[in-house]
Amino acid sequence: MKQVIVGMSTCGLSAGSQKTYDRLAELLAANPGAFELKSSGCIGMCYREPLVEVRENGSRVIYGAVTPELADAIISEHIKGGRALEEHVALRICEGAEIAGAEAPAQRGQVRIVLRNCGLIDPESIEEYEAAGGYRALRKALFEMTPDGIVKEIKDSGLRGRGGAGFPTGLKWSFAASQPAGVKYVVCNADEGDPGAFMDRSVLEGDPHSVIEGMIVCGRAIGASFGYIYCRAEYPMAIKRLTIALDAAREKGYLGTNILGSGFDFDVKIKQGAGAFVCGEETALFQSIEGKRGMPRIRPPFPAEKGLWAKPTNNNNVETYANVPWILVNGAAAYAKYGTEKSRGTKVFALAGKVRNGGLAEVPMGIPIDDLVFKIGGGIKEDRAFKAVQMGGPSGGCIPASLGTTSVDFESIPATGAIMGSGGMVVMDDQTCMVEMARFFLDFTQNESCGKCTFCRIGTLRMLEILTRITQGEGRPEDVPNLLELGAQIKESSLCGLGQTAPNPVLTTIRYFADEYEAHIRDKRCPAGSCLALVDFIIDPEKCTGCTVCAKHCPVNAISGERKKVHVIDTSICAKCGKCITSCAFGAIYKK
Amino acid sequence: MTASRNEDFNYRLWRYDGAPGELIPLLQSAQDHFGYIPRRAISYISEVTGVPESEVYGVITFYSQFRLQPMGKYVIKACDGTACHVQNSRTIIDTLEDELGVEVNGTTGDGLFTLQTVACLGCCSLAPVLMINDDTHGKLTPQSVRKLVREYRRREESARREDASCARA
Ligand SMILES: Cc1cc2nc3c(=O)[nH]c(=O)nc-3n(C[C@H](O)[C@H](O)[C@H](O)COP(=O)(O)O)c2cc1C
Ligand code: FES
Repeated sequence: MKQVIVGMSTCGLSAGSQKTYDRLAELLAANPGAFELKSSGCIGMCYREPLVEVRENGSRVIYGAVTPELADAIISEHIKGGRALEEHVALRICEGAEIAGAEAPAQRGQVRIVLRNCGLIDPESIEEYEAAGGYRALRKALFEMTPDGIVKEIKDSGLRGRGGAGFPTGLKWSFAASQPAGVKYVVCNADEGDPGAFMDRSVLEGDPHSVIEGMIVCGRAIGASFGYIYCRAEYPMAIKRLTIALDAAREKGYLGTNILGSGFDFDVKIKQGAGAFVCGEETALFQSIEGKRGMPRIRPPFPAEKGLWAKPTNNNNVETYANVPWILVNGAAAYAKYGTEKSRGTKVFALAGKVRNGGLAEVPMGIPIDDLVFKIGGGIKEDRAFKAVQMGGPSGGCIPASLGTTSVDFESIPATGAIMGSGGMVVMDDQTCMVEMARFFLDFTQNESCGKCTFCRIGTLRMLEILTRITQGEGRPEDVPNLLELGAQIKESSLCGLGQTAPNPVLTTIRYFADEYEAHIRDKRCPAGSCLALVDFIIDPEKCTGCTVCAKHCPVNAISGERKKVHVIDTSICAKCGKCITSCAFGAIYKK
Repeated sequence: MTASRNEDFNYRLWRYDGAPGELIPLLQSAQDHFGYIPRRAISYISEVTGVPESEVYGVITFYSQFRLQPMGKYVIKACDGTACHVQNSRTIIDTLEDELGVEVNGTTGDGLFTLQTVACLGCCSLAPVLMINDDTHGKLTPQSVRKLVREYRRREESARREDASCARA
């Protein structure tokens, strides 16, 4: 029977997939037995949501932007009539044939290891995970491998932590494993605080069992019998799916005491974050699980020695754990085949910002940034100019388009001054002001600093004040040298990664976009047309309908014009409050 | 309400067995129960867990999730993360402030809406994004957010009218 599968992750739902699903359910009720209706996680093509797949005998046809009306057509034409609606097909995957469809070019070049099941299986069904080869790695780890053997396999695979720093995972496991036997913990960092990143959410929502299985394997390898998943509270759907998955795994005997009769005990508990970016830092995360204020502490002692509740602890990122079952089943060599000499395997990137195809892409390490932006991302929206890509979030930096050939791996990206980070890639075009971006990140880190170190707490505030001044047109010549000096000192004198990396967005934008700082400070001009104080508000006569709404909203009466005639803004009166922009129903007001 | 939090606050307090690390989950369930963390909840929690009130307060103020004031029935979390920011989330937030007549972190007079900003809801490819309670809405424009807020208002209004007519009947 044909299966009709609706993508029901947060991205799909916010694009309206619930309405599509409900309509399909009605159609199924009207035509009992005509097809089987199911849901799945995110396949990565978030820009084409809601996605609906028709699957039959290994052939998969994926439709994009499926409204309830289109769902009607799919059922009457494709399901009943046997004719696919070609103009709406985003992707067609047939066994033994080249993938086809409008989105095929973006999918070529991707290698799905972490995302192997995302969008394919129903994340709420453990049976589907098992049918896709799930929990085979666990059996192997329990019955065919020694704990040392597991650690060796992970070491040989070359897997490095996907949470940002890229620490070799096998080596980390060996530290915790070598601690004397006793209470140890396995922690999964699902805090994903880097704004602009959503890989971990998609994995947790689309394939929660792969993360749980990775954690159990880790527990076996290091001799721990308890694990925590620390998930941010902003991800209610991920928490729900994880809860369902944990219950199902317990039911099936993959979790609990004497797992599958092996004598090994392991269980996992979910801890919800409470909204603090610094809790993504592992020592702060442990404090938060312990119910305290999440403040980082000095390392050493390292978590492998003294982590959660002062016991030996292994902490890895969601994506790191999701790689583990695949490596055990397919072998370290198969994994190490992908990627570069020092950065093995694949990495999931979250493409967002001014890129056409915003979504997830899993690619072998080492492909150039340009390939991600143009081949997979489909280039820049509205064909504007590609200016920069922001990597590593508030700890990272902006890499200019001129360095688009840089390979994405743990060596090349840091050489640009940015960091790999967790995989968020926010693409920027010529309308994005780099000084404003730097201010935005400083505002973020300044807010999120836990306040323990003086340099981080006060230094970032001083940098923020300077940047705010510059974007308001009150920059001074000494500002840039001051920013550089402050940045260097904060990096040197902060205790944790938050402070040590907080100046990066400022330092990289000064390094690559000095002319924009110059324009703001000397010419009092914002080349990107973004900083309110440095631009004029203008009404596009082509779009203005003369509805008078903007004039009514203007608090300083700067807008004039007759009903049904084009309105104009008197820039000498305009207070640049932006009320007109938010009130215009025709998008006729722009900044220049 | 999320799955692991759906236990009643009183039940959770009663069930508390002295296990360490329960402070934050207890606070989360208090907030779910009352809509915010009232003074008396701090005292209860302190009494039951033995954590001094000052320390409970310290934890509350450290995490942005916790509120010491009542919140609206609908909490609007407007995203101002990186991806949303480059897609003009500022205009969306300005529009919300204008439509609701409150500033960020304010609650409307009728107690319906509280406006907050967050850094990233993990839906960046649909930026700009906001969340109303547990529902996410993406690809916003100033027009569409106004429509969205008005829809919620209308729904509330008709529910209220229905209640009123039921009471009369
Ligand atoms: C301020 C700060 C925030 C962090 N946020 C996260 C996060 O959200 N998720 C994550 O996995 N790691 C985060 N990290 C990195 C963790 O401290 C830790 O290195 C990582 O979870 C280790 O996992 P891995 O070895 O699998 O990469 C953060 C670090 C710092 C300094
Ligand atoms: S930046 Fe807004 S959802 Fe990620």
